[in-house]
Amino acid sequence: MSISVDNSELLRFTTAGSVDDGKSTLIGRMLYDSKSIFEDQYEKLKATTERRGEEGVNLALLTDGLRSEREQGITIDVAYRYFATPKRKFIIADTPGHIQYTRNMVTGASTANVALVLIDARNGVVEQTRRHAIIASLLQIPHLVVCVNKMDLVDYSEEAYEAIKEEFESFASKLDVVDVHFIPISALKGDNVVHRSDKTPWYDGPTLMYYLENVHIGSDHNLIDVRFPVQYVVRPNTDEHHDYRGYAGRIAGGVMKKGDEVMLLPSGFTTKVAKIDTFDGELEQAFPPMSVTVLLEDDLDLSRGDMIVRVNNQPEVTQDMEVMMCWFSDRPLQPRGKYTIMHTTQEARCVVKEIRYKLDINTLHRDLEDNDIRMNDIARVVLRTTKPLFVDEYRKNRITGSIILIDEGTNNTVGAGMII
Amino acid sequence: MNYNLNHLRELESESIFILREVAAQFENPVLMFSGGKDSILMTHLAQKAFHPGRIPFPLLHIDTGHNFPEAITFRDDLVERLGVRLIVGSVQEAIDKGMVVEETGYNASRNGLQIAVLLDELEKGKFDAALGGARRDEEKARAKERFFSHRDEFGQWDPKNQRPELWNLFNGKKQYGEHFRVFPISNWTELDVWQYLAIENVPLPSVYYAHKREVFERDGILLAENEFTPRRPEEEVKEMMVRCRTMGDMTCTGVWPSDATTLEAIIQEVSTTRVTERGARSDDKRSETAMEDRKKKGYF
Repeated sequence: MSISVDNSELLRFTTAGSVDDGKSTLIGRMLYDSKSIFEDQYEKLKATTERRGEEGVNLALLTDGLRSEREQGITIDVAYRYFATPKRKFIIADTPGHIQYTRNMVTGASTANVALVLIDARNGVVEQTRRHAIIASLLQIPHLVVCVNKMDLVDYSEEAYEAIKEEFESFASKLDVVDVHFIPISALKGDNVVHRSDKTPWYDGPTLMYYLENVHIGSDHNLIDVRFPVQYVVRPNTDEHHDYRGYAGRIAGGVMKKGDEVMLLPSGFTTKVAKIDTFDGELEQAFPPMSVTVLLEDDLDLSRGDMIVRVNNQPEVTQDMEVMMCWFSDRPLQPRGKYTIMHTTQEARCVVKEIRYKLDINTLHRDLEDNDIRMNDIARVVLRTTKPLFVDEYRKNRITGSIILIDEGTNNTVGAGMII
Repeated sequence: MNYNLNHLRELESESIFILREVAAQFENPVLMFSGGKDSILMTHLAQKAFHPGRIPFPLLHIDTGHNFPEAITFRDDLVERLGVRLIVGSVQEAIDKGMVVEETGYNASRNGLQIAVLLDELEKGKFDAALGGARRDEEKARAKERFFSHRDEFGQWDPKNQRPELWNLFNGKKQYGEHFRVFPISNWTELDVWQYLAIENVPLPSVYYAHKREVFERDGILLAENEFTPRRPEEEVKEMMVRCRTMGDMTCTGVWPSDATTLEAIIQEVSTTRVTERGARSDDKRSETAMEDRKKKGYF
């Protein structure tokens, strides 16, 4: 078999950009050079490009799926792309880069391991670059890779590259990003994308593809603090499994082991893990992001929305929380407004107690006076919920540290928040 | 100790999470079952999600009457093995009752008629969530589909007004009369599906393996000779070794010349092929946005 199944990990990365910065070309290049564009897709692209009276093959058409996007030549929504190399399987969340699509960038970033930020070598760090980096930092994407693109248009100049690198680093020092990596590329010519370029002898780092194939993502999950939100109770009620009562869910943090002494929230009862069950048999231990069914030694009251944790390592149990909120709705965030809140498998109602400040997504400036939070704005707000939630800081755990707000009238998802 | 899952196990876990979320958030879900490999994968994942209990929702098959006969036999065996209820919505009955009108002419297909029958069955059964095996890698309109896809009271999809989906948080709230389409295997690619079916030893209908069949060529696509598609005089029937990469109606599913008689050979073929699997679906070739247009109306 040409692809080894056993050690091929899944890496999710996000890209953001506008029409001219070469993002579509870069994605097209990665798909094409990794042989992930199929002939019929390629033929269709060619035909469509010709029909529109454009030259060559417009690879952007590959990423623009909806009729209105194709008509307007812009990406409106998050599009998901897939490709694989023998080492890894990749999911790209491809998002538009304009400020009016911040909410799409946030959506794409929420599950990403790596953020890919593109800089045009001729223009250096611009507003959009800063915006992407700030979103990557807010959403705690563990790895940031900065591609200095269009190197062919600056004669593959090391000085130009170093200047941009320095400019970005001085700005990024204000951000909460741990791992930043720089690569000089030309998406159009293919330099340092999949194949090493002979035009950048001064660069001794990896190509973009090598980086994506090898960046260490094993510790992107929290493996310390055991968090198991109960999702569904499995009770077969058959003769064979008469007394079976299993708590199904996905491990949100930590390594849970059979025999562990655990505490149930909100009741506070303690018991032991009797069994970690799956269709394929029992497990000795389970870790994120595994979906398993946990059986406990004692018959205690536990249902969807409750959480199993270790006795000596508990999340905060609270009705009051501060979050960085990205607003999604064309109806502004209502001060003192009431919303449905979803957190892990828990649901409650909440009220917006206070808007602390609005964050300028281009400069990180905090405006303490501005309480008018509209679509695509990011603000720090204080919430109070109708019942206690079991939360961690988003920095510590992206699953137990995130919430969404739902408008009770329209049922739409109107906000996404990261717990501070 | 290595705490990494390989990509197939991570996809499996994600799909199981979605399936359980549907069982928890909705009152009356149903699994749309076409008999194809993706819906067979869905039943396999559902079995895992609710183990050792039974799958807590019925299967719904929209039967066009134009199926590969192998698919129906396989379906009935599977239903018995899983111990689930099967609901069949018949396109033939809908035609007989005058609910829908059959397409005529060259390339006539009952593909579009399935929409009305599907929506009717969802309404009759008062289903509030319909699980489907669509994947984002299949087609460009599907690349923008959500896991939880909201449908209005007419069953329509509004691609410009989709709910954002972040982290593990899926909003299944709706007004009375509306429903959701849910796609647990959104992130799987064709190759992932085949690799997973192979390592899990999941039984599949025989048409997926290379076999001898009478076929004819139309518009660059090989169609299985069948009683529902009248041939043109110039369209010659010949016997070839072929297999299905996707399985829909006999009238619109192309077959491929292939010698792949084992799952390993199929995986080899899929990983080196240069044409997408929907490249052989004449229903997708009708226009550039054929899938988006059908999805808006309520297609799978």
